[in-house]
Amino acid sequence: MDFFNEDHIAAAKDLLYKMADDQLIIGHRNSEWTGLGPLLEEDIAFSSMAQDKIGQSEHLYELLHQLGESDPDNVAFTRNADQFHCCHLVEWPIGEYDFSLIRHFLFDFAEAVRFDMLANSSYEDLAKIARKYRGEIKYHTMHANTWVQQLATGSDESKSRMQNALNETWNLALGIFEEGKYEDTLKTAGIFEGEAVLKRRWMDSVIPLLEKYGLNVPDESTWAPVYGGRQGFHTGHLQPLLSEMTEVYAIDPTADW
Amino acid sequence: MYGNAYIDPDKAPNSLVADEDPVKLAEFEARIAAGEKIEPQDWMPKEYRKQLIRMIEQHAHSEIIGALPEGTWITRAPGFRRKLALMAKVQDEVGHAQLLYSAAETLGKSREQMINDLITGKSKYSNIFNYPAETWADSAVIAWLVDAGAIINQTTNARGSYGPYVRALERICYEESFHLKYGHDNVVHLATGTKKQREMVQAALHRWWPPLMHFFGPADKISVHSEVLMKWKVKMASNDEMRQQFLDMYVPKIWDLELTLPDPELRKDEETGRWIYTEPDWEEFKRVINGDGPCNAERLAVRRMAEEKGRWVRRAILGEKAKYVKPFA
Repeated sequence: MDFFNEDHIAAAKDLLYKMADDQLIIGHRNSEWTGLGPLLEEDIAFSSMAQDKIGQSEHLYELLHQLGESDPDNVAFTRNADQFHCCHLVEWPIGEYDFSLIRHFLFDFAEAVRFDMLANSSYEDLAKIARKYRGEIKYHTMHANTWVQQLATGSDESKSRMQNALNETWNLALGIFEEGKYEDTLKTAGIFEGEAVLKRRWMDSVIPLLEKYGLNVPDESTWAPVYGGRQGFHTGHLQPLLSEMTEVYAIDPTADW
Repeated sequence: MYGNAYIDPDKAPNSLVADEDPVKLAEFEARIAAGEKIEPQDWMPKEYRKQLIRMIEQHAHSEIIGALPEGTWITRAPGFRRKLALMAKVQDEVGHAQLLYSAAETLGKSREQMINDLITGKSKYSNIFNYPAETWADSAVIAWLVDAGAIINQTTNARGSYGPYVRALERICYEESFHLKYGHDNVVHLATGTKKQREMVQAALHRWWPPLMHFFGPADKISVHSEVLMKWKVKMASNDEMRQQFLDMYVPKIWDLELTLPDPELRKDEETGRWIYTEPDWEEFKRVINGDGPCNAERLAVRRMAEEKGRWVRRAILGEKAKYVKPFA
């Protein structure tokens, strides 16, 4: 990383934190379906994806560690909500399966595009991770797509549930693409093309699919992206999640668990 | 005991096979005696089918209900290593339920029916999951010792006669052996860790000992029926034999960690090679099986809630015209 100047490092850290925090929190949420899914096969699928997400987050925290941050366990298990950089979308409780599924669909398509973009990053360690995990994420989008299609074209109830969940989730999903103060640095250093490009490509991939399944994407005049997460402002759901997640670790953070 | 074959000992001795074709019955019993496996399309006595459905179904229910006490600790597991391992472990258990429901379905009862019988309380599951996992150390003790008990129970049943169940069990035991390693590693870390960690695991072990002693069930009453179940290779070992095997394999390992067990009588009789212990409280066992344990109501309520919340999903993917088809194997 010797081509990095201090600005580049700060920008890379900012990017890594938001990606890793998103993955950790959505992985944690998806794991809450264990034992509670609408059918056993979905319990198992959500658990698999949760394991992938949490594994990916650990890998990204490892990169942060290489850039001088504390080790992954410490970073993940000792920060408070206001030190997290995840978007609000991932923080919400799992709710009903319709919400969890639409969240999974919107989030994972964004993740897939992000990793595709990062596969060519000048930050080679990150590019390697992106190339490695693209394969995993492909299965996540395949899963999301299959289920959204089935339920959006299934019974009257499932169609209306999918539509309502999409309406409720859309603005939260737009919050994924909240820009940070390092957008220009990331672009000029060739690390990442930026949130605006990501958002455009994401819309190009999800909107035609949703329309194909007969779902209406909310009218553009109503779009109001939910921002704040990237700057440490969160919903009231995050701190309770973190308190639960760190409950045992906090008994003695220096102990070997 | 994850699944249990049981015939009321007071039932008339010849009632089991009273209306079966004697020639077919003799052929069936000869195949089993020769070590052959019975497959779903083969002829089998009605009582054989009934006992197997009961046993496999209870086992499947135990897997999904068992996911609940441990599942609570997924969101609390300390550190990435434990969090990822516990998620994978509990996911395996749910996968076992899926395998087992499929095996039971080959005998003609649908998954939907089995789950309905579970949530209405008609069908049982392993009693041990009616106890709470109060701390992280409880989840470690469960992963080590409940899974150890399960392995003894399942490797025994894997020598049974019904093909689909035996094949499911072989795969399950393979995965369970990883769970046991995870659980053991977790308990060792706590037992050799800080004072607080050691206290946690010691307390958890004392809490879980009575339910672990109950795990294999009370001593079998010897009856004509249990002999038939043994002959048909539905029941492969007595409850006491399995309990002895468990004590023999794990008590020394627990003592090696300088942890104590809440039974002053517990010791191995070197002459007979048998373990001596205080007789477990079978009244409590019965009470808990019949619904009056610390977590029975909660476990079933959670399962019922999951079934109800997921109904619209299952309806939407099945469609109006879907009908039940029994799987082949």
